[in-house]
Amino acid sequence: MRITCPNCGERDRREFYYQGDALAVSRPAPDAGPEAWDDYLHNRDNPAGDTRDLWFHEAGCGAWLVVERNTVTHAIHKVTLAEKVKR
Amino acid sequence: MVKLIALTPGKGLLPISEGGVAVTEMVLDRLVSVAPFAGKQKATSEALKAQCGGGLPAVNRRRGAVTWFGHGIWMVAGDAALDGLAAVTDQSDAWAVVSISGAGVEDVLARLVPVDLRLPVFKTNHVAKTMLGHMSVTITRTGPTEFEIMAMRSMATTMIHELQVAMRGVASRA
Repeated sequence: MRITCPNCGERDRREFYYQGDALAVSRPAPDAGPEAWDDYLHNRDNPAGDTRDLWFHEAGCGAWLVVERNTVTHAIHKVTLAEKVKR
Repeated sequence: MVKLIALTPGKGLLPISEGGVAVTEMVLDRLVSVAPFAGKQKATSEALKAQCGGGLPAVNRRRGAVTWFGHGIWMVAGDAALDGLAAVTDQSDAWAVVSISGAGVEDVLARLVPVDLRLPVFKTNHVAKTMLGHMSVTITRTGPTEFEIMAMRSMATTMIHELQVAMRGVASRA
């Protein structure tokens, strides 16, 4: 598996660290209520198919990336710098 | 008071050479990292240009004394005064810096680094933040058969050992 880092180009998967659902970049407002915060902190889907995850280019440029990929076909559709993702 | 003797990271370990490839230590007396504050990258680059002759190079590049060192960070071999523009951190003594050169240098690095470092795609002053074995390094091409490798100082012995084993492997197949 290879991920194309927007800074470094195509790199081996071993340079990256997997964090989890990219939902983490969309932090709810402080007063959003317990349900929104429960969803944000704890509730995750585990789909077979398209996912949107946070990856860290740990052994490279140190950027956080949002990687859109498919867990069934292993295709990687899109890689974006997490800082450029709309919140 | 105990008198401490200053040692460079490669003291007693370098230089080494095997089969026409040589590794020597590069001692950079002053090294600072520069991380521009949000929206201050252009101003930082201009201020740096006035101080050391070159602004911030592009991603994956080196220009003069300034090397791209990761997302939003550059390393300056020298000093930088950038109050209000960037976070400037003294990194002198934190890095082991070696020069590796010789005709077979690309073959040696190909055994350790998962990035294509051959001349047609990785030219002089190109920079790669990647791995050497299992350790994070910054690799810069400094000439047609010469590279500079920076690793954290604590990893100096491991880096030199890894390079030596790879150099012996390449030499034995010559």
